[in-house]
Amino acid sequence: MISPYYLQLIILVGINTIMALSLNLIIGYTGQLSIGHAAFMSLGAYCSALLTLHFNLPFIVSLLGGALFAAFFGILIGIPTLKLKGDYLAIATLGFGEIVRIVCLNLEITGGAVGLRGIPKKTTLLWVVLAVLITAFILNRIIKSRIGRALIAIREDETAADAMGINSTYYKILCFGVGAFFAGLGGGLFAHYMRFLHPKSFDFMKSIEQLCMVVLGGLGNMWGSFVGATILTVVPEMLRSVADLRLLIYGAVLILMMRVRPQGILGESPANGGFKNNSYSQWIQTRLKKSLRKRSGSDKT
Amino acid sequence: MLRVENVSTGYDNIRVLHQISLTVGEGEIVTLIGSNGVGKTTTLKTISGLLKPTEGKIYFNNRDISQLPPHEIVELGISHVPEGRNVFPRLTVKENLEMGAYTRKDKVEIKKDYARIMELFPQLAQRQKQVAGTLSGGEQQMLAIGRALMSRPRLLLLDEPSMGLAPLVVTSIFEIIKDINRQGTPILLVEQNAQIALRTAHRGYVMETGRIVMSDSARALLQNDRVRKTYLGE
Repeated sequence: MISPYYLQLIILVGINTIMALSLNLIIGYTGQLSIGHAAFMSLGAYCSALLTLHFNLPFIVSLLGGALFAAFFGILIGIPTLKLKGDYLAIATLGFGEIVRIVCLNLEITGGAVGLRGIPKKTTLLWVVLAVLITAFILNRIIKSRIGRALIAIREDETAADAMGINSTYYKILCFGVGAFFAGLGGGLFAHYMRFLHPKSFDFMKSIEQLCMVVLGGLGNMWGSFVGATILTVVPEMLRSVADLRLLIYGAVLILMMRVRPQGILGESPANGGFKNNSYSQWIQTRLKKSLRKRSGSDKT
Repeated sequence: MLRVENVSTGYDNIRVLHQISLTVGEGEIVTLIGSNGVGKTTTLKTISGLLKPTEGKIYFNNRDISQLPPHEIVELGISHVPEGRNVFPRLTVKENLEMGAYTRKDKVEIKKDYARIMELFPQLAQRQKQVAGTLSGGEQQMLAIGRALMSRPRLLLLDEPSMGLAPLVVTSIFEIIKDINRQGTPILLVEQNAQIALRTAHRGYVMETGRIVMSDSARALLQNDRVRKTYLGE
């Protein structure tokens, strides 16, 4: 039917879509710059794999277990970092990602540096497609609800959101919890597809890759996350034939993209909870330009 | 209806407010005047729960609200228009106003209030689909006030509504503030522009370095020698 190679590509696109969608909730809609998303993925992956290996639970139970485990840590990381904004939050989440990676590298139960082997292959195309649809459906419902409006208000201006009677603390924790839940789900699917887990698969570069998918597709745009995940999964594969130049071309594509269309391929969704403008991306764009100008200005002086 | 009793607040270890006491009654406009950095904004932030008092109590309709989080205080009916307007810059005028009704669920009444605000601010009515960040300063101030009204406040806290606005615009904003009050909403108004604040308000308090040093009817304060010299530049 489909050759195993393409099947694998489609499954990876699906898993990456789940990762990008859940990260988009945190960054694109709530405006919290998190760059430790791969950590949530690894928590879900290891937890669900261990549940399968040690307790022989049904796949769906392991998956949900992994996702809940990741969500628990999402909430846990959400609480102390709530007062942090922008760059500081980014650094804190980066630190969290590294901690998770190093802990996985040193624990016995995760297989340490050898990695975790022998996970049964349970992820099929059907599971992935279902998971993508469920993730997209639930996140879409959240974004179009009262909760979504609160998240967007927090992104726009947190003080003003508080003054409107929005409990920003609660919603930020909720956003991290939900984002981590679906990241954990993606991790569980990944674990039961790859059959082998190693902390290296969830390092800082993985988080950055997921961030790139969200930004490339368009912040605050659900379809954008799908497009971004697809492109950034397929393009590196296509470049496999020119192995040496692969990272070079990949980098050049990203730079070109940011230069030509910084709001992402699709820009902000016209359907994000009724907010019909594209100005969030415009705002990011002007901020980027400003900081670039500042930097080049200070170079001259 | 609002009673602030011996409230002190600080940031970290620095005390900003020293045992402030003030009241706002039904139907009143009360103003808090004073120069830069004396704690006027801090007072409002403490009332709306964005800061917690380190001592003293705040009562709203005889309920102690001094330790409540801001969203619960909004639900009780205190709406705060923060300094510097703080509109949601990348949402449209209409969306900003809808955000103001966030704590409410009565859709029909929200629609009525929306129509009322469009009447109150005809300038905003023409720009419902415009992104708030592209409005003029005066329009943003109107939007911020309108947004606060959308929560149907039982007390409106206004922080420096005249800031950064042209004199003509200031006059029209204060006319609207009077209108809002006439329709029944009590207002606590913080202003550096003592002249217009005292002309608008019924009563006034004068603040200096975190303390309230004078309180009287607005008319009496306008006549007061010390106020005239220090704040009215006469």
